Amino acid sequence: MSVLVDKDTRLAVAGITGKEGSFHTLNNRRYGTNVVGGVTPGKGGQDVEGIPVFDRWADAARETQPNTAMIFVPPRFAADAILEAAAAGVALVIAITEGIPAHDELRVYNTLKRDHPDTRLIGPNCPGILSPGKANVGIIPASFFREGNVGVVSRSGTLTYQIGNEIARAGFGNSSIVGIGGDPVPGSSFVDVIELFQADQETELIVLAGEIGGSAEEEAAQYIAERVTKPVVAYIAGFTAPAGKQMGHAGAIVSGSSGTAAAKAQALEERGVRVGRTPTEVAELAVQILRG
Amino acid sequence: MDLLEYQGKQLFARHGLAVSPGKAVTTVEDAVTAAAEVGYPVVVKAQVLIGGRGKAGGVKLAADEAQAREHASNILGMDIHGHTVRKLWIEHASDIASEYYASVLLDRQAKQPLVMFSTEGGVDIEEVAEKTPEKLVRHHVDALEGLSREEAVKIATDGQADADVVAGVADALVALYEVWMQEDATLAEINPLIVTPERQVKALDAKVSLDGNALYRHPDNQGLSDAENEDPIERRAKEQGVQYVALDGDIGILGNGAGLVMSTLDVVAQAGGSPANFLDAGGGSDAAKIKQAVELILSNVRVKAVLFNIFGGITRCDEVAKGLIAAFEDLKPSVPFVVRLDGTNDVAGRQLLGEAALPNVHPAATMNEAAEKVVALAKGQG
Repeated sequence: MSVLVDKDTRLAVAGITGKEGSFHTLNNRRYGTNVVGGVTPGKGGQDVEGIPVFDRWADAARETQPNTAMIFVPPRFAADAILEAAAAGVALVIAITEGIPAHDELRVYNTLKRDHPDTRLIGPNCPGILSPGKANVGIIPASFFREGNVGVVSRSGTLTYQIGNEIARAGFGNSSIVGIGGDPVPGSSFVDVIELFQADQETELIVLAGEIGGSAEEEAAQYIAERVTKPVVAYIAGFTAPAGKQMGHAGAIVSGSSGTAAAKAQALEERGVRVGRTPTEVAELAVQILRG
Repeated sequence: MDLLEYQGKQLFARHGLAVSPGKAVTTVEDAVTAAAEVGYPVVVKAQVLIGGRGKAGGVKLAADEAQAREHASNILGMDIHGHTVRKLWIEHASDIASEYYASVLLDRQAKQPLVMFSTEGGVDIEEVAEKTPEKLVRHHVDALEGLSREEAVKIATDGQADADVVAGVADALVALYEVWMQEDATLAEINPLIVTPERQVKALDAKVSLDGNALYRHPDNQGLSDAENEDPIERRAKEQGVQYVALDGDIGILGNGAGLVMSTLDVVAQAGGSPANFLDAGGGSDAAKIKQAVELILSNVRVKAVLFNIFGGITRCDEVAKGLIAAFEDLKPSVPFVVRLDGTNDVAGRQLLGEAALPNVHPAATMNEAAEKVVALAKGQG
C-alpha cells in the first residue's frame, strides 16, 4: 500500500499544454502514472502525445473520470483551476504552482472546506507525491527512491530528496513521499498526512521534514503524541535563520520567538519524536529504528 | 513586503481611515518646509522598518522651526538597530485622550483572518497578550464573508472601547479589514489607534506587510518597496529572480530549494562556520542563472569560501557545473569553492567539473563533508 497516489490514480493535469506542465506530465506517465487527460482553456480537442486536452474540468471529468488533478498553471490562474477541479468532483488536487497570493490560498482553503469538503488539496508550492513503484504525480525525481516502508511528509522539495536519498542509500525505501508545500496556507497539513501514514499498512516509520515559520510542526507533535503509534523521526530546517527574514518559502519566516526551529524541535522531542540535527542524522535515526 | 509607516498611512487614507496630515522628506530643509505646511506642533518620525523607534530617539515632538530643524538633523542618518534613517515623516501632532490597538492578520493556524483589538494601545501588544490576555479581543473572520459592521461593533464593545467611540472604532476596524483584504496585505496593524479629545478615532502609526506574490494586481503598490533601505545584493537578486538573504558570516552558500538551503546553513553552522548568505537558485536553474548567482555571492567582500550544495530534481547538475565553469572563466574568483552535486545528471556534472579542473574547487561527496570542508577552507585550514 501507499497513500494518496498509486496504481488506481487517474490523473488529469491543468496546464498540460505549457512547457513545464507537458514535460512533467509526460515524465509522470513514463513512470507508470495513469494520465487520462488535461485541461487548458481554449485548447480543448488537442492532445499532448495522445493525452486528450479539454477546455474545462467539467468536460475532462465527464470524458475521462480523473480522481486526481495536478495543477501546473501560472499563479494568477491557479486558485480558480483548483476550485474548478474540485467542483468537477475530483477527490485529490495536487497543486505544484509556486507564488500563489496568500489571499487566494485562503479563499481556496475555505471554499473547499465549505463547498467541496470531500476534495483534498495537497500544496500549493509543493513537489507533489511519489509512491515508488506505483505512481508519481509532480516533480519529485523518482529515480532516487525505491519501494519500501518509510512514509515521508515534508514542507520542502529538495530537502525531501536529500533525506529520502540517504534512507535509500542505507537500503530502505519509501511507501509514499508527500510534499505539502512551503506556503502560508497549505491545503493539507502534516497532521492530515500523518493520519494517512498511521492508517497505511505498508508504512512502518514516518519521517517529518519541517522548517521555520507557522505552527504546523507543533500541531503535528501534539497529534503524534495523542494518535500515532508508529515511530516518527523529524527534521527541522532553519536553526540559523535570522528573525524577521523570509527564507525563500513564503511560509518560512520567523517572527519573534514563535515558529523558530528550536521551539519546533523542542515541541517534537517533548512528545517523544526523535529529531535529527542534520538530514544525515535523520536518515541514521530512521535506519536504526527500522533495523530494530 | 513591509511598508514604512507613511506608506501604510497612505494606504489607510485610501480606504477611509483617519490619519493626520503629513509629508515624507529626506532632507532637513524639506523637513522644515513640511513642518510649516502641516502646521506646528509637529512630530518628526524616523521611517525605518524596525520597531522601537521612539525609545531609540527616532520620534520627536517639535513646537517650532528651531526644534523641527534640530530633530530632523539629529534623526536623519541615525542608526536604529542597524537601520539607517534616510527618510522622515513630518506629521501634525495629535492630542491624545486614549490609545487603542487594532490589527488584521492572516492566522495560519486557524486558516482565517484574525482581527485583534485592545484598549491597551501604545505599548508592546505581545506583552498585553501575555500579561493581560483578557484585554485583547481576538476575533476570527469568515474569509469568504468578510468583516461585517455588526461584528466590528461587537469587537469594539467586547474590547471595552469607550461607549461614545464604539461606532468610530467599528468604522476603523471595517476600514482596516478592507485595507488587509483589498490590498492583499498579510498584516495591517495600528498601534496606537488614538481617540482625540474631540472623540475622533485616528491611526497614529501604521504597520503593513503586503504579499509580494499579489503585487501584479496592485500596480499602485509596486513602487512601495523600500529600495534605498534594502541590501543592495538582495535587491539585485530580486531583479534576477533569485532568493538571496544577506547574513553576517563569511561562507557563501548556493543551493536549490529553500528547505535544502536552510538546512545547508544549519549544517555549516554546526560544523563551526558562519554563512554569509542564503541563496536559493530555485528549481530548474540553467548555467546562466548559476553564473549570475555566483556573481551575487562574490559581490559580498566578506566571503572567504563558497559552498555549492545541489540535489537536483528539476535542476540538472550538468547545468550547475556549466554555470560554475562559466563563472570561473569570467570572474576568476580568488576564494575556494566546495561543490557537492547529487541528483539529476550528477555524473555528467561531476565529470564536467573534473575535466575543467578549476583552480581551488573541491568536490565533496556528502552534505556533511561539504560543510566541514568549506568551514576549514574559510578558516584558512584547507
